[in-house]
Amino acid sequence: MNKEYTITIFTENKIGLLHRITVIFTRRHLSIASLNTSESEVRGIYRFTIVVNTTEAMVQTVTRQIEKQIGILKAFYHTEDEIVYQEIALYKVPTKAFADGDDVESLIRKYNARILTIEPEYTVVEKTGHKEDTQQLFRELEPFGILQFTRSGRVALTKQIREITSYLKDLEQYYKESEDEVLTYN
Amino acid sequence: METKTKTTRANGNEVVTKITGAEALLRSLLAEDVETVFGYIGGAIMPVYDAMYNYQDRIKHVMVRHEQGAIHAAQGYARIKRKPGVCFTTSGPGATNLVTGLADAMLDSTPLVCITGQVAAGLLGTDAFQETDVVSVSMPITKWNYQVTSADEIPEAIAKAFFIANSGRPGPVLLDIAKNAQMEEMEYAYEQLTAVSSYVPRPKPAINSIEAAAELINTCERPLVLLGQGVAISGAEDEFRTFVEKAGLPVASTLLGLSSFPGNHSLYTGMLGMHGNYAPNVNTNQCDLLIAIGMRFDDRVTGNLATYAKQAKVIHIEIDPSEIDKNVKTDVAINADARQALELLIPMVKPNSHAEWLATFGELHKTEFEKVISRDIHPKDDKMRMGEVVNTLSEITNGEAIIVSDVGQHQMATARYYNYRKQNSWITSGGLGTMGFGIPAGMGVALAEPERPVFVIVGDGGFQMTLQELGTIAQYQLPVKIILMNNNFLGMVRQWQELFFESRYANTELVNPDFLKIAEGFGVPGKQLFDRNRLKEELQALMVLEGPFVLEVKVEKEGNIFPMIPAGGTVSEMRLD
Repeated sequence: MNKEYTITIFTENKIGLLHRITVIFTRRHLSIASLNTSESEVRGIYRFTIVVNTTEAMVQTVTRQIEKQIGILKAFYHTEDEIVYQEIALYKVPTKAFADGDDVESLIRKYNARILTIEPEYTVVEKTGHKEDTQQLFRELEPFGILQFTRSGRVALTKQIREITSYLKDLEQYYKESEDEVLTYN
Repeated sequence: METKTKTTRANGNEVVTKITGAEALLRSLLAEDVETVFGYIGGAIMPVYDAMYNYQDRIKHVMVRHEQGAIHAAQGYARIKRKPGVCFTTSGPGATNLVTGLADAMLDSTPLVCITGQVAAGLLGTDAFQETDVVSVSMPITKWNYQVTSADEIPEAIAKAFFIANSGRPGPVLLDIAKNAQMEEMEYAYEQLTAVSSYVPRPKPAINSIEAAAELINTCERPLVLLGQGVAISGAEDEFRTFVEKAGLPVASTLLGLSSFPGNHSLYTGMLGMHGNYAPNVNTNQCDLLIAIGMRFDDRVTGNLATYAKQAKVIHIEIDPSEIDKNVKTDVAINADARQALELLIPMVKPNSHAEWLATFGELHKTEFEKVISRDIHPKDDKMRMGEVVNTLSEITNGEAIIVSDVGQHQMATARYYNYRKQNSWITSGGLGTMGFGIPAGMGVALAEPERPVFVIVGDGGFQMTLQELGTIAQYQLPVKIILMNNNFLGMVRQWQELFFESRYANTELVNPDFLKIAEGFGVPGKQLFDRNRLKEELQALMVLEGPFVLEVKVEKEGNIFPMIPAGGTVSEMRLD
C-alpha cells in the first residue's frame, strides 16, 4: 500500500552525491515529491529531506541503497507521525484584490499568513505550514487571481531520540576497532 | 621525452620531489602493487602513456583492440587475482566504451579501477573535442567515481579508489583525470588508505544473529545451503566446507558460486536457477531452512518470488545490507563478511548428517540424469552437443582448468557439465549476461594465472562481438584456448523463440564468416571439429598446446538447454523437456 514517507539522509559535502541519490529513485521509477537540502547541526554534514509516495518495502530498499553509497553517513525513512515538518508557500496576488473589500485581508488573518511586500501592482503573501494548509489558501486566493505561486520542499526534523551525532560516534568506534584489521581482500 | 622531475630542498633537510600528475599516477599504482594494466591510448590520456614509457619495466601494459576488451580483460584478471583490475582509456568514446564492463562488474561485484583521461579542466562543460561527462554516465554503474582536476589530488584519489574497489562488496571505481592534472607538477607522497569516512566495508556480525542462525541450523530437518560468489570473494571456501561438512548441509551453488565447492563432493547437489539442476531447485520448495551465503537472490535463481521457498525459514549471510530483505524476506540476517560469519558459526553448529533428506536429492538427480544429462553427454544421433564437449573437457582436465565462458547456451552447458574441483576456476558474466565477455576476460585470466590452462568457451554470436581481441591474444601470445561452439544461431534466444514465441526465429540465425580464416588472419591457429570420434583427441591436443588456439566445434543447430524454469516460473516446477 502506498503511503507518504519522508527520507532523511546525512551526507558529506561531496560533488555528485545528489546525482547518486536521485538515480536510485529513477531506476525504480519513483517520483520525488519534494527534496530539500541544507547543512545539519553538525558542521560539514548535510541533511537531505526527500518525500516520496510508495510502499514500505520499497522505501526500505531505496533507503538502504542510498545509505550504502560512498559519502552517505546515514539514511532513515519515517512516516508523517514520526516527524515534525513544515513547508513554505509564496503567493503573488494583484494588490487591487485587497482594495476590493475585506475578503483577502480576512483570509490572511484566518490562515495566519504574512505579507512580505506590497507594490502598486502586486502583493506577495507567505504561508508556512503543511501542504494541505498552503494548498487550501491557494484555493481560496484563486478567485482573486494568483499571479505566481511556489511551494518549497519539505523540511523535517525527526522525533526519534537518537541523533546523528550518536551514529557518528559509532562510526568513529568502528574505525578505531578496525584500525589493525586489513579491510581489503587478498 | 623524459618525465620532468625537480628536486628542491624545503624546510632545511626535507627533500621535496616534484613530478607530473601522470607520473604520480604510475607511482601510486606501483604503491598498490599493480603489475598489469589493460588499456588503449588516445588524446586525453597521452601524458599518462608518455610517462609510462619510463615505467615499462615495472608496469606491463596490454594494448587491447577496443576499450571494452580492456575492461573485460581487467575483470578476468581481477576475479582470478582477487584484487582490482586496472584499465586506462582516453576521454569521450574511450570512456563510454567502458560502460558495458562497468555495468557487468557492478552486478558481479568485481573490483576494478578504471582511469579515463578527460579534457583539461578549463574546457569541462564546453562540449570540447572528445568530452563526455563520464562521471555522470557511470554514476549508477560504479561503486564510486570521481573527477580529478588537479595533479595534487591524484595520490589520494588512487588510494581511495583501490580501497573502495576491493573492500566490502567489491565493485568498479572510475577516476576521470583531466589532462591538465596529468601534466601539472606536484609534490608526491603516497599513503595507502585503511578507512574512508562514511564507509563501513566490513560490518561486525551481530552475535545474537549468529546465535539465532545456529539455533535454526541445529533444529532444522531439511536444510539447503545456497552458495554465492561472496564465499570466493571473502576467501571463505575452506571455512564454507568445514561448516557444511560439520552440520551435514546439502549445498547448491549459484552460477557465480561454482568452483568454490568441489563438484564431486557428496554434499554438493548442483546449480540453482533457471538452467540449474533439478534436485536443488525442486528441493528449494521442500526444505525447511535456506541458508544463503554471499548471494543476492537474483531472479534467475528464484523465479517467481511469490512461490519461492515459502515453507522455509531463511538465514541470509550478506555483506551488503541493501541486499538483505530486498527480494526474499529473512528470518535471520547476518550482515557481515562471509568468512567472519562462518568462523563464528562453525563452533556453534552441531554435527549432523541429514542423510534421509540428502537422499531425496539423489533421487531427483537420477530423474534429471535419465531425462536430460544422459542425452546431453551421450547423444544418440551423430550431431554433437555442447554438453558432451564440456563433459569431455571436464574429464580430460580432471576438473582442474580455469574455465571462462561467454553468455548463452554454451555458458549454461559449461556451468552444468564442467565438474569444478579447484577453487577460483570459473569466470563468467553473471548478472549482466554480457555477450562478448568471454574472449577478453580470458586474456586477463591468462595473464593473471599463467601456470594453469585457460579455456574460453564461446558461442558463434559472442565470438563476433569481441573477436578483435584475437589481435591482442596473438600480439602477446596469450595461451588462451578458445572452444567455439558454433550452432549458427543465437542459441539461447532461438530456444526461447521455439518455446515461447511459436518457433518464429526472428533474427537469430547467423550468417557466419569463416572463423578459422579470421583467426588465421590475426595469427591465431585453429581447427574445425565435426566428428565426435575426434573430440577427445582434439581436446587433449589443446591441453598440451603452448600458445593460443581456436577450436571450432560444429554443434547441433537447434539443441536446447534443459532443465529450465521459464522466466517468472516456480522453481519447483522446473521443466525437464
